[in-house]
Amino acid sequence: MTTLPLSSQLINLGAAVLLLTSFAMLSQRRIVSLVNLFAIQGAALSASTAIVAYTSGQHHLYYSAALSVALKMLLLPWILHRLIRRLNVRWDTEPLINIPTTMLVGIVLVVFAFGLAQPISQMSTTIARSTLGIALAVVMLSFLMMITRRKAISQIVGFLAMENGLFFAATSATYGMPMVVELGVALDVLIGMVILGVFFFQIREQFDSLDLQHLEQLRED
Amino acid sequence: MTVAAFISLIEALLAILLAPLFIGWIDQCRAWLQNRRGAGVLQPYRTLRKLLHKDAVIAHGASSLFRVSPYIQFGAMAMAAAIIPVFSVRAPLGVAADTIALVGVFALARVFMALAAMDIGTAFGTLGARREMLVGFLSEPALLMVFLTASLISQSTLLPTIVDVLGQIHLTIFPSLAFAAIAFVMVLLAENARIPIDNPSTHLELTMIHEAMVLEYSGRHLALIEWSSALKLFNYAAIGVALFVPWGLAGRAAGPMELALALPIAAAKLGVAGAALAVVETLSAKLRIFRAPEFLATAFLLAVLGLLVHLMLER
Amino acid sequence: MAVSPLALVLGVVVGWTAVGAAGLLRPRDVAFAGRALFGVGAVGAFVLLGAAIWSLSQPVQAWVLPLGLPDLPLHVRLDPLAAFFLALIGASTVGISIYSAGYFRAGEGAAPGLMCLQYHVFLASMAMVVLANDAYTFMVAWETMALASYFLVTTQHRVAEIRQAGFLYLLLAHIGAIGILLCFGVLQGGSWHFTFDAMRVATLSPGWASVAFGLALFGFGAKAGLVPLHVWLPEAHPAAPSPVSAMMSGVMLKTAIYGIVRVSFDLLHAPVWWWGALALGLGAFTAVFGAIFAAVQTDMKRLLAYSSIENIGIIVTGLGLAMLFRGLGMDALAALSLSAALYHCINHAQFKSLLFLATGSVLHATGQRNLGKLGGLIHRMPWVAWLALVGTLAMAGLPPLNGFVSEWLLLQAYLFTPLLPHAIVNMLAPLGAAAFALTVALSAYVMVKFYGVIFLGRPRETALVQAHDAGWLERIGLAWLALGCIVLGLAPVAVLNALDKINVSLIGTGIGSQAEHWWLLTPVAAERASYGPLLFAAGLAFAVGLTFVVVRRLYHGRVRRSDPWDCGFPGQTPRMQDTAEGFGQPIRHVFGPFFRIERELPTPFDKEPRYSLQLGDRWWDWLYRPIARSVQEAARVVGYLQQGRIALYLFYSFATLLTLLAFAL
Repeated sequence: MTTLPLSSQLINLGAAVLLLTSFAMLSQRRIVSLVNLFAIQGAALSASTAIVAYTSGQHHLYYSAALSVALKMLLLPWILHRLIRRLNVRWDTEPLINIPTTMLVGIVLVVFAFGLAQPISQMSTTIARSTLGIALAVVMLSFLMMITRRKAISQIVGFLAMENGLFFAATSATYGMPMVVELGVALDVLIGMVILGVFFFQIREQFDSLDLQHLEQLRED
Repeated sequence: MTVAAFISLIEALLAILLAPLFIGWIDQCRAWLQNRRGAGVLQPYRTLRKLLHKDAVIAHGASSLFRVSPYIQFGAMAMAAAIIPVFSVRAPLGVAADTIALVGVFALARVFMALAAMDIGTAFGTLGARREMLVGFLSEPALLMVFLTASLISQSTLLPTIVDVLGQIHLTIFPSLAFAAIAFVMVLLAENARIPIDNPSTHLELTMIHEAMVLEYSGRHLALIEWSSALKLFNYAAIGVALFVPWGLAGRAAGPMELALALPIAAAKLGVAGAALAVVETLSAKLRIFRAPEFLATAFLLAVLGLLVHLMLER
Repeated sequence: MAVSPLALVLGVVVGWTAVGAAGLLRPRDVAFAGRALFGVGAVGAFVLLGAAIWSLSQPVQAWVLPLGLPDLPLHVRLDPLAAFFLALIGASTVGISIYSAGYFRAGEGAAPGLMCLQYHVFLASMAMVVLANDAYTFMVAWETMALASYFLVTTQHRVAEIRQAGFLYLLLAHIGAIGILLCFGVLQGGSWHFTFDAMRVATLSPGWASVAFGLALFGFGAKAGLVPLHVWLPEAHPAAPSPVSAMMSGVMLKTAIYGIVRVSFDLLHAPVWWWGALALGLGAFTAVFGAIFAAVQTDMKRLLAYSSIENIGIIVTGLGLAMLFRGLGMDALAALSLSAALYHCINHAQFKSLLFLATGSVLHATGQRNLGKLGGLIHRMPWVAWLALVGTLAMAGLPPLNGFVSEWLLLQAYLFTPLLPHAIVNMLAPLGAAAFALTVALSAYVMVKFYGVIFLGRPRETALVQAHDAGWLERIGLAWLALGCIVLGLAPVAVLNALDKINVSLIGTGIGSQAEHWWLLTPVAAERASYGPLLFAAGLAFAVGLTFVVVRRLYHGRVRRSDPWDCGFPGQTPRMQDTAEGFGQPIRHVFGPFFRIERELPTPFDKEPRYSLQLGDRWWDWLYRPIARSVQEAARVVGYLQQGRIALYLFYSFATLLTLLAFAL
């Protein structure tokens, strides 16, 4: 068992925190906790991006880290908390499949992601390559969360967590995306949030609840 | 060899004698956090003394299994205390029983307690037994997975060896141990009937898990059971401290000076652990009984995840 | 004397057959057919046990017996693997036969003489299955075993459900036998010699070897009870009389395991790694499945039957690990896994037989199989209760009894799976350890339910106060099996040394001699893992004893009796205790999707509220009913050929004649 350099260990720790938070999101019922977990994810993400920037000398990653802090730790959680307060939704109702089964499926997805990432990570040359599997796992777990939740807010948080995972995958495999792409993605996410916030109010107006099952009434029979 | 046996005996005796003090410390911390004065850290000793002097009142339908069970539980916990390294990694009995056997010892105590609860034949006893086995069947695999992760890192299943290896690794951060630590804390809360799984000071029978099983015990039997519960919590805390904060334990070649130094360090670590446990208990609310499987399933799957993270990241 | 072990074993086989035939002389005489003959059978089993243990230190013996058909003599062979399974058969049979001698009473069901014949023929055929050294002997013995056990299962043939259970058992046994037959057909590899020696030297292409393994797993798995071929087990084992259930569950299922080991490790030389992965996955799923279903049963024998499925799953998991290690070149670890699996075989034989026999005593004393009508029997049947406690603790895998040792060994083997050279497998195999840990914990749950609902608490029916304890013969049988559990738990080093001979003969290497300390089990390396059951048991006994002495010396020992706590509600009845459904409810809640639940709930407006709960096995809907429907469909379509007109049938013969003549040209 070789001891890795301190920077790699810290990145591994950040990856582990990322995985832990996405797993914890699967098991949470309180929507406020979901948003807090998302903020913690943002913190872990920015920290590991900063460390990658420090050890690899790619300075544009410092800007990515700063953007992450601004958006994912501060702005987005604030918007979400405001949304939650105004929509007055605190608890998610029973998810589609019960929580232990969801977590079991989550474990299977994690194994799948790890297995998938093994050959790719052997090709990569960055210092953080063993974390590619974790990043993929985070993406898959967030997707699972989006599928199995009923309230729209939880799905939004899942979507944002998925974007976190993708960002981490990009950082660990290729030292980040070009700055233009990153800024574009960040802008898209922000605008999407605003639009979805508007949508939520409309849904709530129409059905008096944010349970997305009501949207199924709209189909033609 | 005889020095190691002597140390082992001292560890077991210390654990038995100080376990009620540990419980008293946790209760005192909880009292301070709840802005009460508390009953003092020596209160459990007073309770035990009171109980030992009382008559044992046994239900009409109880068999000898009911009367034997408290002694078996206490003996099992005492044996576990002899295996777990509290201040020194030398434990000759640890050769006879490794971590898997330790999980087996805890299971032995749990099974006997559940059987004794079913012996009375009231609704409460069987309710408690059923719930305790529910908690047990999910927490035992989680504990085993935590130990397996630690065993994979240290290439051994003997608890003294694991603690020794983990204590000597130069400052390496193991994310898998982070997962395992969280899972272990959840298992500790569940197995020892603390909030959020069970309220140790409840009097409402329908919400009880552990207390429902000891509802019929009194006198010296109840004293032994209370003592073995305290010893179980002490053992779990000692395992947690030894696995995840192993620095400060006297190593294999330690002399008397190092042993004497290791004692207060261990006491300090356990004290901090107790205070942290009190904080966690005060901040959480008790879960509904059917949220308990979700809690424990989370612990189990976190432990498995820790194993996977070890296999992925740390090989 | 120059008596060889094989001669002794064959003598026992012949002796059993003779005893069985003797039962026909005076079929209705219980004292003769029941006590005397079963006693003689028990002595034979004891001799078998001794001969098998003796043969482990002797070289391998193979004989050709001039019986059978003119061109097909019987080949028999006594090698370490056969010796181990013979020892397993002998050890369990001693206890079961002594118990049966006391079990059969006059005026109950079939004549004791007839049962004596079927029982001893069953035993003899099982021994021959293990001894067989060519496919013909094997299949003859296998079929005899299936038929003898069918007759034993349908002893009470006047009950319709028992007949149906027997039919299902026979059907699946024969489907499995077809698989085994085809497997032997593939194994001969073109030489058209069906002796095992010829199969050992035959070389098969990897594709055909995999086909042979698949057929063996299918065929022997049907007999062992692997999912999805397990559906006969929960029906047949409860339907049979209790000693027969014990024999089937404890011993017969192990002959199927013997078959798998023999085919994959011996006849196919070296297993391929993915066979092991397949067996591992199948075994892990079977184990969890069996444990979950056992936890929700309300019939005590069905509970034990599902528990057998769980333990077979654990054994097959061990075999899968062994194949995996061997296929990827790690022979010492393969030996460890194989030893763990075989150790669990003999452990299960001991404690499952013990528990089934205990249920037999309970059934005799109370006439009830339903857990909802039992309870409090520890007061009326102390011998049975305390001996069953040993079996319960052993099955739950608690140290220092035998169930713990094999589970410990298996977990040690799992700890080495990250070292496997294959990328995905070395990450998935440790997950098998997680499933295994879950299974072990569930089996503890099941055992607490089983023992607690039957023996502890208060009797749920007032008629239970008339229950009587088991007779002295039954007690001896139970005690023998309980002693076996204790000995196998406290002396694992001796057992592992014996198992090593099997490892050396099948794999090539063993675990290595445990010469360091005879009381410490160190299968791999001393600093890696060790377990000392004697020291453990002594420490536990010392701690408990010291506690007792100290408490009694320092404090008084006064005891008063009183009513239990009733929370202010004075009308507590014994029926307010947990029922078996109630005890299984958490499992039903957590593992809901596994079951097919049919519930009938009362409404507030019912005059007579009714609650009913049926838990079914989904495999019936997924596999068996579709197959049955398609078979019926096909039969219906073919049935169109049968029009009932003679002219049409004559036309069929004429058309066949024309076709054959056309081909002959």
